[in-house]
Amino acid sequence: MRKYNKLIFELSKPGRKAYKLPPLDVEDKDISEFFPEDFINENPLTLPEVNEVEVIRHYTNLSDKNFGLDTGFYPLGSCTMKYNPKINENTARLDGFANIHPRQREGCTQGALQLMYELQNSLAEVAGMDQMTLQPAAGAHGELAGIMVIKAYHEKNGDTKRDTIIVPDSAHGTNPATATMAGYKIVEVKSTENGRVDVEALRNLVGENTAGLMLTNPNTLGLFESDIKEIAKIVHDAGGQLYYDGANANAILGQARPGDMGFDVVHFNIHKTFSTPHGGGGPGSGPVGVKAHLTEFLPVPIVGKEGDRYFLDYNIENTIGKVKDFYGHFGILVRAYTYILTMGRDGLKKASEMAVLNANYMLSKLKDDYYLPIDALYKHEFVLSGLKGNSLEVTTLDIAKRLLDFGFHPPTVYFPLIINQAMMIEPTETESLETLDEFIDALLKIAKEAKEDVSILKTAPHDTLVRRPDETKAARSPVVTYKA
Amino acid sequence: MFPYIPHTPEDEKIMLDSIGVNSVDDLFADIPKDVAFNKELDLPLAKSELEVTNYLNKLANKNCSTTENVCFLGAGAYDHYIPAIIDHIISRSEFYTSYTPYQPEISQGTLQYIFEYQTLISELTGLPIANASLYDGGTAVAEAALMACDVARKKKILISETVSPQSRQVLKTYAHMQDIEVVEVAMKDGITDMEDLEGKMDDDVATVIVQSPNFFGVVEDLKSSADLVHKSKKASIIASVDPISLGILKRPGDLGVDIVVGEGQSLGMSLSFGGPYLGFLATTEKYLRKLPGRIVGETTDLDGKRSFVLTLTAREQHIRRDKATSNICSNQGLNTLVATVYMVTLGKEGLREVAMQSTKKAHYALEKLEQSGKYKRVFDKPFFKEFAVSSNIDADKIIKDLRSENIIAGHHLGIDYPEFKDSILYAVTEKRTKDEIDKLSSVLEGI
Repeated sequence: MRKYNKLIFELSKPGRKAYKLPPLDVEDKDISEFFPEDFINENPLTLPEVNEVEVIRHYTNLSDKNFGLDTGFYPLGSCTMKYNPKINENTARLDGFANIHPRQREGCTQGALQLMYELQNSLAEVAGMDQMTLQPAAGAHGELAGIMVIKAYHEKNGDTKRDTIIVPDSAHGTNPATATMAGYKIVEVKSTENGRVDVEALRNLVGENTAGLMLTNPNTLGLFESDIKEIAKIVHDAGGQLYYDGANANAILGQARPGDMGFDVVHFNIHKTFSTPHGGGGPGSGPVGVKAHLTEFLPVPIVGKEGDRYFLDYNIENTIGKVKDFYGHFGILVRAYTYILTMGRDGLKKASEMAVLNANYMLSKLKDDYYLPIDALYKHEFVLSGLKGNSLEVTTLDIAKRLLDFGFHPPTVYFPLIINQAMMIEPTETESLETLDEFIDALLKIAKEAKEDVSILKTAPHDTLVRRPDETKAARSPVVTYKA
Repeated sequence: MFPYIPHTPEDEKIMLDSIGVNSVDDLFADIPKDVAFNKELDLPLAKSELEVTNYLNKLANKNCSTTENVCFLGAGAYDHYIPAIIDHIISRSEFYTSYTPYQPEISQGTLQYIFEYQTLISELTGLPIANASLYDGGTAVAEAALMACDVARKKKILISETVSPQSRQVLKTYAHMQDIEVVEVAMKDGITDMEDLEGKMDDDVATVIVQSPNFFGVVEDLKSSADLVHKSKKASIIASVDPISLGILKRPGDLGVDIVVGEGQSLGMSLSFGGPYLGFLATTEKYLRKLPGRIVGETTDLDGKRSFVLTLTAREQHIRRDKATSNICSNQGLNTLVATVYMVTLGKEGLREVAMQSTKKAHYALEKLEQSGKYKRVFDKPFFKEFAVSSNIDADKIIKDLRSENIIAGHHLGIDYPEFKDSILYAVTEKRTKDEIDKLSSVLEGI
């Protein structure tokens, strides 16, 4: 890793170029013939002037300052950092997929529509739902579309007093944020000591103001909500709808389906469960599935089929409308369908089995040295609560930063909020026994360091290009653009 | 064995022994029997890379691509030239296989390009602050409007009928959820009707949304709109813009616009049947702590080195939960890198040249089409790279006849605007050649 420390603006030199266009081949008129004078910007934009070689070197050097899944183990809990297959990148770039315009006539896009139709049905089968829409752009966007569908359902029933969404205290931040954005009040249902939804507390919370419950299963602790049937009954009896946050769906492929558990709406995070790249924070994709009684509210369009012809179906009776431009993140959907075809029903099931095996194996090796607040059978991830017997001298942040020195991406830290000093570890199925053992060894070495020499942890990381950048300073006096 | 799953039977045995269970099935014992799925999923079995590739090639080949056909279709997504280096840079797996940069020590690459992106968008729009992206142009309009309502503490939005129908639909979906009223401002001769806007401005209006170039390709008078809106107390103006047009047109920030949003697909993203694209948002300092989405800030590390971090996170869902300014989490990550590399590669001269060539070729095309006498411009107004022409020939017939000559026709305006059922909106980018435009003209003349 070179110690490269330039911004692209600092490379700029007047007169340099990184592009060449063909010469203009139509009559060269002055643009003052096209626009009134006061529409035209007479001052040139201050964009960089750089050469192509510089652009490539600059961004290659920046990439060198990044840690990707292809660099090493990335056990971020709730993020499902599984391997991103390379064939997916190739298929998304096929000319007939990458270079088609969304407004072309259906006769020109039958292959794209067929892919979307087959993906809709495949995801519906995995989810146990009746109809999917591929439109939402990300997991949180899927949540928003799904909650809007629930709201439209209550509105149609004239059930307007239902103004509250219930979320567990262990829920992802997107759940309450989504419900607020959809115009709902939020009530939290607490978890029991064994990390599951407190069923009795839920029973007391629901009522005629309950619009629905948002739940992740397995939940954010990595535990299966085994009372799910009872939870569904409580919510449904109160007149509410049950929303499945698919962030943790990688644990249950072919093992259990949200539709069979009693959920009415579900979203998948395609960039988690179905192997598409996280891209440094997107683009993702968040398809939403619903049970039959909610299909009339889905956003338009979905892909339909009539005889041999695929078409964009805008004819959804009580649709919530559109939640984004066009039909979804098609390029991401091509990758996801490539993955589903590659894995098949047997591979998807095996993926969940090995994800769960990996998590429980790591746990078995770590629980003597790290505090495990809930000793149970876990699914694809588990949550530790810092070092055992440590009176908080060494924090989870110290452990995370020290892991960087060992060449690993740290787990998700300080989430879920209900666990003190949380370290949420999700290995995924694509990691080998050897990789897991290396990571386990690093964590055990850190546990040893905590007993012998705390300072090495307190001053970590030591081997990274930058060390603990000052976040308080960044927020207190924000510098969000480059000033020459 | 599956290519992406490394476990041998021996590995599985070692791991099961360590856990203290006999079989993998035992690991799913916590799923109650009445919930467990005891069948096989109704999906095909696993396939080899060759089989998958063959099948997907077959599907891809059923589509008509813009490389095998000449594209004059726009209406929100454009066939601009994409420099080859973009795909090489975004294919660095250190970029595309990384997660959101929550650990700054090993994410400086992502954080720095987002910082560069924010700077470039700020320069392009003429406003000091930009976020790290929203999903697309339509959701950017909606998020900006919700932010403006939140800051103004009002619940009424005016939006011009000349704004993209999709953006208006997305806005209405979002606004409905928060009981925010959306009122459309009429259009006149292809631009926002200023009299209607003035008449609809009242103390309840939080924000006014316009688009320029608007859905018809016509350049709107942003300055006059901004001045009119700002006469009203606490009302703001949002403009949705085509970033390429800013290579020659005045920057909205310099014209008094408060919030600039737009679809960033033109900045180097492939058409990809509608996504993933990029929503950008730039604004004034006033909105800094109310912005939706991520923001990267510059700081220093323990050793005093310049470094970058996600900042002002107290706006975001993972910190503020139900009090967050938006629920957005994953945004367009890698596509902000596409836009960054595009703007850097084209640079100061290039963006201007792309804009110049697009507008000159579009004006040439309109002139050619009108020469036949069969087609006439619908709006006699300044336009950028897109224009509408009407004729007494059925629009579907035109589109079909062009198709048989391997030309992807423009967008039929009648789909969203019944009053323009005889009109087609053509987009002409710098990629189109004189020969292609002449061919379009001669085929159209022959219909």
